[in-house]
Parts: sequence; structure tokens; C-alpha cells
Amino acid sequence: MLANQIGYYSLILGLLSSLLLCAISIKDFNKNSKRVNQNIFTLSFLQLTFVVVSFLSLILSFINSDFSNETVFNNSHTTKPLFYKISGTWGNHEGSLLLWLLVLTLFIFLFLIKSREQPKKYRILTLLFQQIIIIGFFLFVLMTSNPFNYLFPTPNEGLGLNPILQDPVLAIHPPILYLGYVGSSIIFSASLAAVTQNYISKEWGQHIKKWVLVSWIFLTIGIMLGSIWAYYELGWGGFWFWDPVENVSLMPWLTLTALLHCILVLERRTDLTSWVVILSITTFTLSMCGTFLVRSGILNSVHTFANDPTRGIFILIFLFILIFLSLGIFFLFHKENNKDSNNFFWLSKETSILINNWFMMYFLAVVLIGTVYPIFIDVMSVEKISVGPPFYHKLIAPFLAPFLLFMAFGSKLKWIKSKIEEKKLLITFFLISVTLTFVILKNITTDLLFYTVLISAAFFLFFTTLKELLIKKFNNIFQTIAHFGFSLFILAVLFNNILSSEIITNIKVGEKYNYNKSEIFFKKIEEKQESNFNSIVGYFKITDENGKVTWLKPELRFYNQPVVITSEADIKTTFLDDKFLVMNLVKGDEYFNIRYQIKPFMIWIWISILLISLGGSLSLFNKKYEK
Amino acid sequence: MKNKLTLIILFVFLSFCFITFYKGLNNSNTYIPKINNEKNIPVFKAKDFNTNTYIDSKKIFEKKSYYIVNIWASWCVPCRKEHSLLMELSKNQSVTLIGLNYRDNLSNAKKFIYELGNPFAQILIDKEGILAVEFGAYGVPETFLIDKNKKIIKKFVGPINKEILDEINIIVK
Repeated sequence: MLANQIGYYSLILGLLSSLLLCAISIKDFNKNSKRVNQNIFTLSFLQLTFVVVSFLSLILSFINSDFSNETVFNNSHTTKPLFYKISGTWGNHEGSLLLWLLVLTLFIFLFLIKSREQPKKYRILTLLFQQIIIIGFFLFVLMTSNPFNYLFPTPNEGLGLNPILQDPVLAIHPPILYLGYVGSSIIFSASLAAVTQNYISKEWGQHIKKWVLVSWIFLTIGIMLGSIWAYYELGWGGFWFWDPVENVSLMPWLTLTALLHCILVLERRTDLTSWVVILSITTFTLSMCGTFLVRSGILNSVHTFANDPTRGIFILIFLFILIFLSLGIFFLFHKENNKDSNNFFWLSKETSILINNWFMMYFLAVVLIGTVYPIFIDVMSVEKISVGPPFYHKLIAPFLAPFLLFMAFGSKLKWIKSKIEEKKLLITFFLISVTLTFVILKNITTDLLFYTVLISAAFFLFFTTLKELLIKKFNNIFQTIAHFGFSLFILAVLFNNILSSEIITNIKVGEKYNYNKSEIFFKKIEEKQESNFNSIVGYFKITDENGKVTWLKPELRFYNQPVVITSEADIKTTFLDDKFLVMNLVKGDEYFNIRYQIKPFMIWIWISILLISLGGSLSLFNKKYEK
Repeated sequence: MKNKLTLIILFVFLSFCFITFYKGLNNSNTYIPKINNEKNIPVFKAKDFNTNTYIDSKKIFEKKSYYIVNIWASWCVPCRKEHSLLMELSKNQSVTLIGLNYRDNLSNAKKFIYELGNPFAQILIDKEGILAVEFGAYGVPETFLIDKNKKIIKKFVGPINKEILDEINIIVK
């Protein structure tokens, strides 16, 4: 009750401090002093405090199961474990927007204290642009999705959190992903400010690089956590389904990755400036677009919470105001210095980064079209289409091989002008990769040519980066780690794709199922009781062709609030493969439907993504300027 | 010049995107099948909310008038919102309101009716949610309009609003 009031009013105070901040900044902007007015720091800190208080009071309402709060009523239940009561705070539309606000205000405060050596006008403008975004979100929360709506009479019991969201990974997935999304808002505001001040330069590149890296790392890890969750919780046995909501997180990642590479050029010489600005704008716009698509209910997916069109209209209008504003600023203020722009020697790191950009833009276009086109079709005609994995695979896979080759070559090139060194070694590597791939693949796939090209390209990148890692050329170690991780990622994904096998059958207790010298034995079922669900655990003994025995215990959970049955897969992970078993009830029968999958190298997919983000993280802490 | 052209093209394209998204938002993406052949009401037996005894469906729909079957539950927030409209509708003498209490805790449901008023001539208990399925419901709240020939002629998914109320009032007049 009290927490409700405090939360609501501190939100309003937060909005007021936003307005006040804008007024003071505009006044301070025209003053001649070199230093930013101290009041701006204080107010920004105050604003952050208000949002934190508001967020904490929502958490408190969740912990106390205060059902007079509509958000708590809709998403919580007294029997839920404390951990999920807390994570339920951001597992819903209203709470997750409050989290957005929290990260927005946190980042601008950090930006202010971390950018002391930057020009004053640039800092104030960044603050102003960021405040426009913050005000937009404050209004959005207060007008359409107030997390502190009061319910009277107070219901006795809440509706409960969707059981598939009651998961430890999913409890941290949204905050981390948001750090990435919202981090891009700082890049957006900063680049707009820099454009108006004509400050897109080497110095700016070195300063903004930290922020690009931070958002990039969080976005990478956030996406990975989401896909780990999808892998074991949804029980479809895959980790990426090209679901619109997954795509929406991938799109800013692609532009952010391209931006990261452009910044590497910018921090050395003032070049690729248009690329940098446009990529900064698109990254944030795509993050916002993601919020729009997910929160408005225009897409149907596991993630869509709200089906309230007023919310969608608000974000849509806000999104387009930001797009038009940023484009207007870009066209009005941006001056490309024509002297040396894009005038690269053909064989140089700059050229390879430019090529990388175009690849990223192509991948982006594929994902964007696949995601948005169905909406367009739906509006323009009566037809409904859905775009599935084959579309993405067919359009992306052929371009992956040249992309990997460029990655192997490009990163070896020197800045400005270069020639290919170690020709013999590279050719040897290439031949080894092709032969190795051919030998491995000869007997296991029918689509030999296609996979040989792809996998040899991946192996080529793998060997070249591995060589660099072993020879310890420390000057480029971060990039090498990240690229090595990427080659590992592609290899793991491809081999996983080719070598996966699946068995689907109906089986009852005591029965055995035999296939290719292997055996699945359904020994027994046991019942279990937890505070928020009852469950049936199945005991399966699996004997493979070598006589090795694995026990798998998949689970069926019957959640009481709300009444939902979920099936929890049991997964045994080793470095070589994952054994994955999930069971489902067959209605009105003693039989269970089971799906048993062997998924090779699954763990390497996660390890490789961690390596990729490790590369980024290490370079963040690298004080020495990379030469 | 070249810049200006790019700007105009971008502007036109983005405006186009905006309009499409805007229209897409208003297209409801919850799929509601149209009732082509009017469906007969199912035949069933159900427990009465107050007396806790079983009643035959023939007995419930014995009057020669329009009926409204409203599926509700105390835990359903939109039900709370539409309740005042149902109260208003109950004043109309040419229609009888039947409530179907869907998957609910009886004491919570009684508290709900006690607090917000009872618009229903009769309330049936649907503890397992089976009756709702027989009517062809997707969830709560949902409202069915039944004509004098005991056929379901209209179905409203989600909470009813002022327009729906007017529509019902015109049909039953």
C-alpha cells in the first residue's frame, strides 16, 4: 500500500527532475564557463535515486504479495518462491519498462561522471538528447503502463507468474539484455551531440569506444542467456528459432558489431564518420523498434505481454519522433570531410572493415525483412504469411563462407596499407582446412559441397586465429580471441546441425524401445511436490551402441497458479554432445510421448559466445592503446 | 541536391513504415472465427452457485426470451471492469443474464458478487472449465447472446464495452 504510493510519486518526481534538468542544461549551455554546472550532476543523481526508489518499492510490493497493486496481482502469487517473486518484478510489461528507465537514468549519470575530459557543450547536448528519451519513457510508463495501479477491492490471491518464466536464467536475461539495449541509447545521444558540435573525430572515437564495448558485451551475453533458456525450457531442442522476438535482439547486435569495427578505424583516423553516426542511430532505433514490436502485441510470440493498442501507438509515435529527429540532425549538421574519406588503399584493414560492414548490412537486411515483411503483408492484403528458419538459412548460409574468409584475411592486414604476409602458411592452412573438412564430412552428409565450403571456411578462420593465439602476438589478442570464438561458434553450429539425431516415440512405464543398437528403457515414474507445483519425474535408462549407460530424468510440472503444465527436459552435457530427453502426456492414455535427441557440441556454442564476449571485455580493460 | 533527394526518399519511406505499423496495430491479431451457422446451446447439467444443486440446462433456458451467457471469474481483471456494464444490462427486462463462474474459488467468487452486485438471474459453477469449452469459449471474460430459438447468435471475446452493450440492447428490443 505505502510502497505503492511511494513508487508512484517518486516516478512523478523523476519526471519533474527530467524537466528541470533540461531547463538547467539549456541555461548552462550558453554560459561561457568551461565546467558543467554542478547542479546538473546533483539533479541527475537525484533522478536516478527517484527511479531506484520506485523500482525498489515495486520489488517490495512483489515480495509482500501486495495484491492491491494490479501489476503484482497479475504476475505474482503467494506460493511462489521468493526468488521468482523478485524476478517477477521485471517479468512483465510494466516492471520491465521501469527497468528500462532505471538503466537509462543510471547510464546517463555514469556518462556524466565518466566524461569529464570531454568538451562541455558536447556533454550537455548528450544529456539533453538522453533526457528526451528518458522523458518519453517516463510519459509512457505513467500514461499507459503504470506499474502502481491500485486495485480495489483487494483480491485475496494473485494470478501467478507464467511458469515458463519461472527460471533462474530468465530472471537475469532481461536486465542484462536491457543493459545492452539501453547502453545503445548513450551511443545514440552522444553521436547526435557530437554531430551537432562537429566533434566526430579521433578523440571522440576513443571516448565512445568504451560505451560501444559495454553495450555490445551485455547484448551478446543477454542474447546468449535468452537462447540457453529457449534451449532447455521450451523443449524444442534448438537454441535459435528465428522467432521475431529473437530477431529483434539480433538486429541491434549486428549494427552494434559493425559500429564496433568502425570505431576501431575512427579512433585512429577521422574516417568512416557517416558510417559511425548512421550505425549509432540505427542501433538504438532498432532497440526501440524491438521494444515496439515486443510490447505492442503486433507480433505473436512467447514474449508478447501486452495486447493494448494504445501502448503500441505511444511507442510507435515516440520511435518515429526519435528517428525523424536524428535523421534531421544528421542531414543538417553532418559534414563529411571529403579530403580523405573512404580513400583507402584496397589492401588494408580499413577496407576489410568496410567489407565487414557491408556483410553486416546484408545480414541485417535479411533479418529485418524476414521479421517485418509479414506485418506489412498482413496490413496490405488479407494474406497471412509466416517466415521460418529455411528463409534465413538459405539467405545467410551462402554468404557466411566468404564472410569467414574475409574475417581470416582482414584481421591480419595492417592499417592504411598492407601486403599479404606469410602467403605460404595461409595456403597451407587453407588446404588443410579443405582436406580436413572433406575427410570428416565424406560419410556423414549428403549435401557435401555446400557444407564443405562452409566448414572449410570456418576451419580456415579457426586455424589462422589459433595460430595467432599460440604465437602470442599480444597486440591484437582481444580481436583474435573474439574471432577465434566466432569460428568456433560457426563450427559448433554447423556440426550440431549435421550430426544431430532425434527419436520420437510413445512409450509406457516398463517398456523398452530399440533403435540402431541403442536402447531406451522407461523404468518408472515418481511424483514430487514443491510449493508452487507438483511434478512427475520419469526415469529413463539409455544404453548407446557402445554399451554406455546414461540416466535421464525429464519432468512434467503441474503449476497451480496459473494452471499450466510444462515439461522440463533433462539434459546431460558433455564436451562432445548433449543428450536431451523431454516427455509429454498423451491424453487419456498411459503412454508418454518422448523425444530423445543427441545434439553434438552444444556446449561449444555457449563457450564460443563466451569467448567472443571475453574478447570484448578484455579490450575494455586494456589501458594500453592498441597499435 | 543529392542529399536532399535522399532525405525526401527516406522521409517518404519512413512515413510509409509508420502508417503500416499504425494500421497493423489496429488490426487485432486475436483471431475470432465468425459464427456462420448459428449454434444450438449445449445440453448440460450444472451446479447452481447459491443452492449448490444440479440443474438441467433445459430448465435454465425455459423462458421464451433472449439470454446472455457471461463467463466470468473473480480472478479475472477485465471481468471486474465489465461488471458495471452487466449490471446496467440486467435492468433490461427483455434479456436474462446467466453467469458462468469459470475455474474459480467459490468463496472468492461470492465475495466478488457481494462487493460488485449480482446482475445474473442464475449463476452456474464451472469448476473445471468444461462448460465454457462446450459453449465454444476461448477464455474469460466472454459473452454469448442467445435468441428466442435457443441459438447462439453472437459471441463477444473479451470484456464487453459500451458499444457492445448498445448492440445487444438493439438486438433484444
